[in-house]
Amino acid sequence: MKILVALKRVADPDNANKVKIPASGEKIDTTGLEWKPNPFDEYALEAALRLTENGTQPKVRAGEVVVVTFGPKETETTLRAALATGADKAIRVDAADDKLDGDLVARALKALVEKEKPDVVLMGKQAVDGDSNQVGQILAELLDWPMATFAATIREEAGALLVGREVDGGVSTLRVKLPAVVTVDLRIVAPTSVYSTKTPATHKYNDGVRFAALPAIMAAKKKPLVEVKLADLAPDQALKVSYHGFAAPPARKAGIKVKDVSELVSKLKNEAKVL
Amino acid sequence: MADVLVVAEVAEGKLKKTTHSAITFAQKAAATIGGTFSLLVIGDGAGKAAAEAQGFGAAKILVVEDASLKNYLAERYAPTVAAVGKGYAVVVGTASAYGKDLLPRVAARLGAGYASDITEVIADGGKLKYKRPMFAGNAFGISSITTPIQVVSVRQSAFAAAEPTGGPSAVETVAYAGPSKAAERVEFVSFDQVKSARPELTEARVVVSGGRALKEKFNQVLDPLADVLGAAVGASRAACDAGYAPSDLQVGQTGKIVAPQLYFAIGISGAIQHLAGMKGSKVIVAINKDADAPIFQVADYGLVADLFATVPELVKGIQAAKG
Repeated sequence: MKILVALKRVADPDNANKVKIPASGEKIDTTGLEWKPNPFDEYALEAALRLTENGTQPKVRAGEVVVVTFGPKETETTLRAALATGADKAIRVDAADDKLDGDLVARALKALVEKEKPDVVLMGKQAVDGDSNQVGQILAELLDWPMATFAATIREEAGALLVGREVDGGVSTLRVKLPAVVTVDLRIVAPTSVYSTKTPATHKYNDGVRFAALPAIMAAKKKPLVEVKLADLAPDQALKVSYHGFAAPPARKAGIKVKDVSELVSKLKNEAKVL
Repeated sequence: MADVLVVAEVAEGKLKKTTHSAITFAQKAAATIGGTFSLLVIGDGAGKAAAEAQGFGAAKILVVEDASLKNYLAERYAPTVAAVGKGYAVVVGTASAYGKDLLPRVAARLGAGYASDITEVIADGGKLKYKRPMFAGNAFGISSITTPIQVVSVRQSAFAAAEPTGGPSAVETVAYAGPSKAAERVEFVSFDQVKSARPELTEARVVVSGGRALKEKFNQVLDPLADVLGAAVGASRAACDAGYAPSDLQVGQTGKIVAPQLYFAIGISGAIQHLAGMKGSKVIVAINKDADAPIFQVADYGLVADLFATVPELVKGIQAAKG
């Protein structure tokens, strides 16, 4: 099985207290924020690795994982890290971070899919910077492929994937025949979330994503990393969604500390009137 | 072409409440661009659900029913929604799991830009701008869509549910446009509903959320409090990751976004990504033994105390206060 994983690097939102917006509101200032892979995309990579191996022998790769990102040269750090954890090949689509939207990325990915011919495209359900949640769905439509969004579990079957999806009020299970697009949710990296046909049903993975060992980090330097021009994939680079300005959220007024339960109950009843 | 199309959400012959938030958006958007809005009711039992779409002031209620729409699949719904949407300036739905799955596919079919999970629609000289949260709610972007048709999803908690106070709307039946080619390769297998006697997290008036500090006593501590308040139960991501609570209870940037009248954060430190999911709550109560926990910076009422001793006491206190 050949899997294309779309991976975005984001300004670490756990440091989001440092997200600064200048008074002009013209941009979001991410200076000083640490870059890291979008966590959902990291989970997608982990799912791709699990689907291309026998979980009991993860060093033997049984399939091909290609990772792709969009961005300037420094995003290659993110790609090298993905190669070190087990991906076979990386592609950087050269682009400026602020000259992209979900639609343009999806159109470029479509062209890349037609070249690379993967059986599955995997990515996170959303990137935690723009929080847009749309690239996978748009890509599936452009390719006229079936999709399974917000995947919590994936079982490989012959020529298909059985996917359990996180939806409102429960789990919806779909069977998608390949090729297909799958976007992943948090639970996809739980110990029993993903099984290839080679991995025994009794196998339990470690919780979370795998980390690269030092020799793998060294070896990753020799793995292929190619650069592609955005214009070669998407000649029309017009954005469909544009931003006019940014604002910080209104600050919440700091409240008070109550001394005990009876004061709390009294405040809720008599002051906030919510009981 | 200055009209707005609301894509309703239907379940078992009923109009889901999520739809009411998209209607509120449509009322304002249609007024801004000088048009009307209509409702597209598509799905299993759409004919029955259409009756519940009356009274909101829609120009038309468009009903699409077909045996193959029984279990929702974007590959079956998107062609019809796009075919109807072609005649509108704005296509809107609510950013529920359904809307988030379907609307980007519709946008792609229409060659339209898609603004997701917006929290405010801004009228700017007859044009529409959309405010949407980014970076876990730590920034808001003011966006607009440059294509002739615009596709939007609205955050349910940010748009008050529309009330049926208008006149009747004309009902029209629209033919099902058929599935896309992709539909041949996807099959609905099952839906495993999480059974709960509690209200839905995103619709509850009161939410009681717990963090990792509750450990294995998550339910033992929170259930009595939720019971006495008629509240929904939520959890921090840390509590879900640790397995103390199921992940569909997760409140936060990557989970559910809630904005109840009253929110209890119990043993929750207040990580950015959790705050992103509950900062819109009207009254926030935090109980945590760490006086420096960031949750206290957003709480209206903070109590520094051991939660295992405090919560049972609180249950008794609320019971007494409610008489």
